[in-house]
Amino acid sequence: MDLFEYQGKQYFERFGIPISPGGVADSVEEAVEQAEKIGYPVVVKAQVQVGGRGKAGGIKLANDADEVRLHAGNILGMDIKGHVVRRLWIEQASDIEAEYYVSLTLDRSKKLHFGMLSAQGGVDIEQVAEESPDAIAKIWIDPVDGLTPESARAWVQAADLDPRAEDATVDIVQKLYTCYIEGDATLAEINPLILTPDGEVRALDAKVSLDYAAVYRHQEIWGAFDGLEPHDERERRASELGLQYVGLEGSVGIIANGAGLAMSTVDIVNQVGGKPANFLDIGGGASADHMANALTVINEDENVKAIFINIFGGITRCDEVARGIIQAMERVELKSPIIARLDGTNATEGRAILKENESERLQMREDMLSAANAAVKIAGES
Amino acid sequence: MAVFVDENTRVVVQGLTGSQGRFYGLRNRDYGTQIVAGTNPRKAGTDVEGIPIYATVAEAVEQAGANTSFVIVPSAFAADAVLEAAAGGVKLIVCVTEHIPAHDQARIYNTLKRDYPDVTMLGPNCAGILSPGKANIGFTPTEVAKPGGPVGVVSRSGTLAYQALYELTAAGIGQTTCVGIGGDPVPGTSFIDALAAFEADPETKAIVLIGEIGGSAEEEAAEYIQDNVSKPVVAYIAGVTAPPGKKMGHAGAIISGNKGTASAKMDALTAVGARVAQNPTEIGGLVQEALKEIGAL
Repeated sequence: MDLFEYQGKQYFERFGIPISPGGVADSVEEAVEQAEKIGYPVVVKAQVQVGGRGKAGGIKLANDADEVRLHAGNILGMDIKGHVVRRLWIEQASDIEAEYYVSLTLDRSKKLHFGMLSAQGGVDIEQVAEESPDAIAKIWIDPVDGLTPESARAWVQAADLDPRAEDATVDIVQKLYTCYIEGDATLAEINPLILTPDGEVRALDAKVSLDYAAVYRHQEIWGAFDGLEPHDERERRASELGLQYVGLEGSVGIIANGAGLAMSTVDIVNQVGGKPANFLDIGGGASADHMANALTVINEDENVKAIFINIFGGITRCDEVARGIIQAMERVELKSPIIARLDGTNATEGRAILKENESERLQMREDMLSAANAAVKIAGES
Repeated sequence: MAVFVDENTRVVVQGLTGSQGRFYGLRNRDYGTQIVAGTNPRKAGTDVEGIPIYATVAEAVEQAGANTSFVIVPSAFAADAVLEAAAGGVKLIVCVTEHIPAHDQARIYNTLKRDYPDVTMLGPNCAGILSPGKANIGFTPTEVAKPGGPVGVVSRSGTLAYQALYELTAAGIGQTTCVGIGGDPVPGTSFIDALAAFEADPETKAIVLIGEIGGSAEEEAAEYIQDNVSKPVVAYIAGVTAPPGKKMGHAGAIISGNKGTASAKMDALTAVGARVAQNPTEIGGLVQEALKEIGAL
């Protein structure tokens, strides 16, 4: 789960990372209210999960209530790279002497936690990495050892920040590590981390991603960040039903078991000239109910003209899948025909069940390629 | 020969008393795998269809001679189960559990590396491992496999590995071992470990490597192949048309920025001489071609 900036800051605050005073606003009136409370000047910031807000006009300085009204009115409802702004973060404006960058993530290749700290903050870190790689102080942290105060200081010293920022930054990177570990974050990034003229160090932005797999042990944190429905209504619905779904733009609905096979099914539909409507992995132990849910979600997608069910039975037994398809067809008035391909565990039983029910609305194919071709043809004909 | 598991492998199933553990544990036993024990501290002294249940892995090792653990427990308990298995004395751990938090995966990986360097872990979130005709641990449907070699299969994805087995078997080509390394961000065993095992195995003549988007394990495998693998490699990478920034089912299958794309992986593998299939059904044909070229078919 990716947090919005304001949520990331609220999250940082729990762990004692200093941020500027601020508040959330969903309307122009609320924006003015927050600004009056904070004191001018303030910064009006669009809350969207996409980079380049500033360039798009989604971050504005306001010196009085009229300016807050003007900017809040302009920014609310603004479309930034396909993300519509529904919420603002109003924050006390900061005097900035220096902008730094700090982040923690997991290095999949080294299988260690990975920290980056740079005196060149406020810009895209990948650009810094490319243009002046020596400007980034890197640290790899063994999760068994954690980040010790000594290694934190050595890391900060290697970044060559303003000496006045050193102690505060050493404190912040340790708190950032704590929040990264304790909340099971997959990314905790501050860009920029600022030094003010009076020597204070603060997080001016917050980018935090939390690990879905760890929700069970962070009910409280996750509960605090509601209203985070996925961008795509179909994805929201699928997630409610416990399905691994990614919305795409085409007309061939896809259901497969296993992420690999589902990805491969999306690929093969593209390769034979079709356009997949989605990625959907019904998962390992998918029951008949699960299949019915999957078909329901796909059926609600207006673009879908054909449904390609691609099952290779291992953990999911083909007879369960076949029963699921039949049950779903009884429960839901499917708008598109199904092209199914079953192989693997209990495939013979599964195929027999489908055979009894075969029709124009439910067709079978022996292999992936011919099934993809058939599905794409039907989707094209409609 | 098979790699990692064979007819001498003696398996304790952590989670045998649960419904999934029971289904797959018994299925694996029916195939001929020596499933010698299960664990459950609350059910010690009972049995599942004649398989004795012990309180701990250590007891299963000591009393039933287990040398391998099959971990099939809910995600909240899986990290502890893996560490218990290592401490209990097994040398191979096959963890099929999905949704173990990424930080736990990193912690397990580094703990095993430090404290139990002779323990190999497959997974988490892997389909298991099958040495056809010898042993099967996990979900792999044995119906689609054929014993006797000469092909070794290693895959992040379960279903794509099954697909590869099916294509090979349909072409009359057997397999030595099918190794699932799993779709999570921090797998215990990488492609490189499996490639090394297959390279060292005289019965394996060719290797099928099935990767997917996310991370750089395939690029690292390509680098390894360049200097260390003499046997022909056929590869397939899923997710060629996956959109960036979207997690495609597996926790590890995500393109971040421009990193982890299928095309970069395919290019890296092609550059070191691997035959790269455009879709999974091409795998069989490419393996046939590779085996003919080396006179093994």
